[in-house]
Amino acid sequence: MDIVVCIKQVPDPDYFSQIVLDPVTKAIRREGIPLIMNPVDRNAIEAALQLQERFSGKVTVLTMGPPQSREALEEGLAMGAEEAVLLCDRAFAGADAFATAYTLAAAIKEFCPFNLVLCGSETVDSGTKMVGPMLAEFLDIPYATNVRAMNFVTEGICLAETAIENGCMKVELGLPALITVNKAINEPRIPTVLGIMQVASKKLLMYGANGLGVPPEKLGLAGSPTRVASLFDFKQKRRLETLRGDPQHVASKAVAKLREWHAV
Amino acid sequence: MVRPDMSRHKEIWVYAEQTAGHLARVGLELLGKASELSDKLGAGLACVLVGYRGEKLASELLSYGVEKVYFVDDPKLEHYQNQAYAGVVADLVEEHRPEIFLFGATEMGEDLAPCIAAKVGTGLTAHCVDLRIEDCDGALILHQTVPGWGGGKRVDIICPRKRPQMATVKPGVFTVPRHKRNAGGKILRVTPQLHEKHFRARTVEVQKGQACERPVEEAEVVVAAGWGVNSLGSLDLVRELSDLLRGAVAGTRPLLDKGLITQDRMIGQSGKVVGPNLFISLGASGAMHFSTGFERAKFVLAVDQNPQAPIFQVADVGIIGDLREVLPCLIEEFRKLKKAM
Ligand SMILES: Cc1cc2nc3c(=O)[nH]c(=O)nc-3n(C[C@H](O)[C@H](O)[C@H](O)COP(=O)(O)OP(=O)(O)OC[C@H]3O[C@@H](n4cnc5c(N)ncnc54)[C@H](O)[C@@H]3O)c2cc1C
Ligand SMILES: Nc1ncnc2c1ncn2[C@@H]1O[C@H](COP(=O)(O)O)[C@@H](O)[C@H]1O
Repeated sequence: MDIVVCIKQVPDPDYFSQIVLDPVTKAIRREGIPLIMNPVDRNAIEAALQLQERFSGKVTVLTMGPPQSREALEEGLAMGAEEAVLLCDRAFAGADAFATAYTLAAAIKEFCPFNLVLCGSETVDSGTKMVGPMLAEFLDIPYATNVRAMNFVTEGICLAETAIENGCMKVELGLPALITVNKAINEPRIPTVLGIMQVASKKLLMYGANGLGVPPEKLGLAGSPTRVASLFDFKQKRRLETLRGDPQHVASKAVAKLREWHAV
Repeated sequence: MVRPDMSRHKEIWVYAEQTAGHLARVGLELLGKASELSDKLGAGLACVLVGYRGEKLASELLSYGVEKVYFVDDPKLEHYQNQAYAGVVADLVEEHRPEIFLFGATEMGEDLAPCIAAKVGTGLTAHCVDLRIEDCDGALILHQTVPGWGGGKRVDIICPRKRPQMATVKPGVFTVPRHKRNAGGKILRVTPQLHEKHFRARTVEVQKGQACERPVEEAEVVVAAGWGVNSLGSLDLVRELSDLLRGAVAGTRPLLDKGLITQDRMIGQSGKVVGPNLFISLGASGAMHFSTGFERAKFVLAVDQNPQAPIFQVADVGIIGDLREVLPCLIEEFRKLKKAM
């Protein structure tokens, strides 16, 4: 079973409170913010490696991003993926979920023969949960999202258990298919020292827009149906009273205020 | 003022999600907002309902003042089937070309909407917290508001060229409108063109249970823990406060990520949107992604040690201090109050 795992490098959520938007370009200012692999994408890699151990085949990690996203791919290789593909080009910049999925689909069709595509259920930095289903549509394959268990009845049929509100849905998928996994599906392995040493000998291929055979107007910002129109301050209507000082005193004052407002 | 283009009758669509003969509440919430948008845009208001034997649901939708219900009816569509649902809804979109198409950001809505957007080649904005029609150089465009980075910022996303303009919205962001009697809308029954290809993914079973705890969105008091509670070593005191006020414990994303709360307890843009009488935030910095989730709360009490934390911009009363010192005192004060009552 050949599996492509789509992964993304994202700002470390521990530093989210330091991120601001550039008022002019409206893009994220991420100088000084450490980058990590999107956490649930590790679960997708783990799921792929477990399937590869069972059915054999090849696991490829794929990302579209700036040059440093290579680090996330190397981490995927260290976990045990066989090959990595980096889609990196100025022309890809500014892509929304639609253009991202479109580009990933073009690359998968061009470079990565597959039976299964795995994604994370969502990224921590944009969290749209859209790239997976859109990618499936562009690849013209069935999909299931937010999957917490995969049961391969045979190598060609997967019974996926997807998490829904207060319950689950069982979806039967005939391969080729795409699945987005959530964190409940497994416990991702930590790369071993051997795994890390093997990275240097593995293939990490890089492609730009030229190799994809897609017109430039389909890529990046140009290929994105949505864009940022404006950035503005938003204030809730609140009383904004602040208290500081002796803990006992402020606690008592705060409760008195809530009482006065009939909030308790 | 620019007059709406009436040369072609525009429509705003709302996807009316149903499971096992019940309409999801979020669909009705969207109808309220969509009706506002339709007035601004001079457009009609329609719903899309997919399922089997949903006549009752279709008429229920009409009672909210919907002009048309496109009702796709087929025994094969009794359960949610992502490919088949996406296929038939995308066909409807291609045929009628609505201006705007709104979905609830439920698990099914989030599974379905992106596939439809990709099929019809348009954009989709996830987890909007507000929707407005604005005049952009003479064109009336849907502004889809989402939280931005850096405290008190929000961002408007637009889809300038492609149609429909599509968005998902979490349950609880908008409120269900009142019934309108004799609204006079009509039900248009659609017989879908289903192919084998539509069932390459096939839902074989849907299990829906009851929530084991009372859902946070129903609680009158919500006590939300932020990453600052880490300093307390456990959620025990947070629970104590919540129990005292007969509230529900909730939290921010770092707490979900570290496994301290469950998915259905995370407040915010990608979690639950609540409107309790009292919302208490303990050790959360107040990112817009989070504070968006309790905009409808009547009163907000916040505790944080960082006086610069944006949480104080969304609090009615804010205590600047260390939770380890303040929280025990707060519990004590609430206990005293309870005794006195
Ligand atoms: C697309 C997207 C969607 C998102 N959706 C959500 C969402 O739905 N919900 C959500 O919560 N987040 C969401 N986030 C994440 C959000 O941006 C913030 O990162 C998150 O809300 C921060 O959580 P926090 O306030 O608990 O942690 P932090 O920002 O780390 O804040 C911790 C706070 O604790 C205080 N503190 C520490 N120790 C103490 C102490 N001893 N006493 C008192 N105070 C103390 C600190 O001063 C600080 O203000 C989303 C992000 C993105 C990009
Ligand atoms: N730039 C990207 N490159 C590769 N995969 C991506 C990219 N962006 C998103 N994904 C995949 O899509 C999933 C969901 O992302 P999102 O739609 O942003 O929530 C992620 O967990 C990844 O598996």
